[in-house]
Amino acid sequence: MEMLSGAEMVVRALQDEGVEYIFGYPGGSVLHIYDALFQQDKVNHILVRHEQAATHAADGYARATGKPGVVMVTSGPGATNAITGLATAFMDSIPMVVLSGQVRSDWIGDDAFQETDMIGVSRPVVKHSFMVRDAKDIPEIMKKAFYIATTGRPGPVLVDIPKDQTAPNVKNPYEYPKKVKMRSYAPVSRGHSGQIRKAVEELMKAKRPVIYAGGGVVQGEGSELLTKLAHRLNFPVTNTLMGLGGFPGTDPQNVGMLGMHGTYEANMTMHNSDVILAVGARLDDRVTNNVKKFCPGAKIIHIDIDPATISKNVMAHIPIVGPVDQVLEEMLAALDEHGGEPDQKALERWWEEIAGWRKVHGMRYETNEDGPMKPQQVVQALYKATNGDAYVTSDVGQHQMFAAQYYQYDKPRRWINSGGLGTMGFGLPAAMGVQFAFPDATVACVTGEGSIQMNIQELSTCLQYGLPVKIININNQALGMVRQWQDMQYGGRHSQSYMESLPDFVALAEAYGHVGMKVTKFEDLEGAMNEAFALKDRLVFMDIYVDPTEHVYPMQIADGSMRDMWLSKTERT
Amino acid sequence: MRRIISILMENEPGALSRVIGLFSQRGYNIDSLSVAPTEDTTLSRLTLTTYGDDLKIEQITKHLNKLIEVVKLVDLTEGAHIERELMLIKVKATGAQRAEVKRSVDIFRGQIVDVTSTVYTIQLTGASDKLDAFIGAIGEAQVLEVVRSGVSGISRGEKVLSL
Repeated sequence: MEMLSGAEMVVRALQDEGVEYIFGYPGGSVLHIYDALFQQDKVNHILVRHEQAATHAADGYARATGKPGVVMVTSGPGATNAITGLATAFMDSIPMVVLSGQVRSDWIGDDAFQETDMIGVSRPVVKHSFMVRDAKDIPEIMKKAFYIATTGRPGPVLVDIPKDQTAPNVKNPYEYPKKVKMRSYAPVSRGHSGQIRKAVEELMKAKRPVIYAGGGVVQGEGSELLTKLAHRLNFPVTNTLMGLGGFPGTDPQNVGMLGMHGTYEANMTMHNSDVILAVGARLDDRVTNNVKKFCPGAKIIHIDIDPATISKNVMAHIPIVGPVDQVLEEMLAALDEHGGEPDQKALERWWEEIAGWRKVHGMRYETNEDGPMKPQQVVQALYKATNGDAYVTSDVGQHQMFAAQYYQYDKPRRWINSGGLGTMGFGLPAAMGVQFAFPDATVACVTGEGSIQMNIQELSTCLQYGLPVKIININNQALGMVRQWQDMQYGGRHSQSYMESLPDFVALAEAYGHVGMKVTKFEDLEGAMNEAFALKDRLVFMDIYVDPTEHVYPMQIADGSMRDMWLSKTERT
Repeated sequence: MRRIISILMENEPGALSRVIGLFSQRGYNIDSLSVAPTEDTTLSRLTLTTYGDDLKIEQITKHLNKLIEVVKLVDLTEGAHIERELMLIKVKATGAQRAEVKRSVDIFRGQIVDVTSTVYTIQLTGASDKLDAFIGAIGEAQVLEVVRSGVSGISRGEKVLSL
């Protein structure tokens, strides 16, 4: 058998997992591994400028490809800087393996230089973690780490590696396990057939049905099957923020995103429904509003791979625990077997009602010819300039909601945002990960002047690797979402939500070796967008000034039901 | 409602901290906890008591089951079961109280395991409420120190929690 050092084993395991890219930053405790990386060329290491960005880049790569993102950081601050990225991936169920260096085994607990109890610090935000106690265990631990990260409900797994376990002079036999056997971990592989048949019966009886599709549809490769099911039944579909693209955004059956900033018609459809088919969604607080008032007349069929998600916030009448793709496939077969059709007359009435709701708000917003540009206009211009076919990553805030509302995602894995944790600083590094995965694709990062500054140092990484990401900086000179809440709930007292001394982003982009553009007038927008996207091999930073007073609507009214919404600054339901 | 959850988990470093962490992270309470390896040294058996309605307990057991190191678990309070807790208790025993304490120990079927001229150290096992009752009978003023093991539990009959 081949004899390898611990460091070589780590790198070989990455090769054996077929890892293309590892995002990381070197430091003392991982130097042996970096030396082993240097002596091979199968796994490409991407040097970021901050460890948080490494995790988001790996996360973006994972979201765009479905493959696990891989990260390497050193002990202490390197590891703690990765925590936000771990938490982001954990909340959104993204497969990721993070390798963190650790001080040598005999120093652990001594408060050694750059020592942090990373297993302890990361515990609440990882699916699982391993500490390498013996270099011989590295192949098995690496295999398990990738297996756990990518199976069941995916999530991040941390492997903490003390420096002595990677010492180049200590060799051990290396054989990468072909299979994993864990008596304590057996993710569900099939939904319960009886429950699926029961669900079909319920769907057949529905008069006001809705399909509510979440991130699990995207992550669980269920988009095609869901689309097939929805078309077959002619039911309306609403997507969550995480589920956008899981059902085509431009499909006539799509009633738009639901929840806090969902469309009027999506929230009305949900509230008035009699059967909800929730697929890979977790009925979280940004969707349900007050759970006690949530969809009072609805029977809930809930499909999810994670049993703990079902009936956590809202009781499910028909729970189905299983992988979304398998369950949907079996549901389609069960529909064939059943042979019946839903009540067409009732459905017709239901669609008429929905058509009425579509007219009420229709995602309208006020524009002002002489006044400043509206952020919605920027997203619509982006949609047009990219033919609706870009990978769009986003940061967190108003721009995120506008990018979710006004860009129609027809394919899964095209919309990449931090939905659960809401991590500002996610967008640019995530876009890097996407661009590595798809070098020829158009990748746009929709951000704001607040969020972009949380990981702006990555402009340097983008130059190093020639990543032609297009940064759409929707600049409202304020922390827009904070400001909106302060307008609506704090009497307009804008406590710390405006940004003084903004940098000259054009000069900044140029200083980093990129192209910068400033747009202040709507009439220049389309031309500037086209110009930016024509620069195929350059990163373009578009600094676009918009109306600082704009709010995101619709917006659900706190503690109300799904149908309680503000539709504009002055109208409410 | 009080529940006794019994868990078989991998006997590995860090496994216990994940169980404890889950409770604090999700805002559940642990009333008592006892843990030790089983006859199979690769497994630990952990028994914990907690309070909650059916919905909460369902969430707790689901989340516990999601922990990679948890192999199996059972809510013992769902069926007939036996629960025991061990208490070591030091009480004042002087003058007339010496005989009175001794009588209480006999009634509760405990044992005096150490004696000085002024103190009895008593060992008592039983369900938690029996131990509470003993402390009540002695009177809290007499108690110098209490050590309780936390609850251990097992199902009645042929049902077993094993691999």
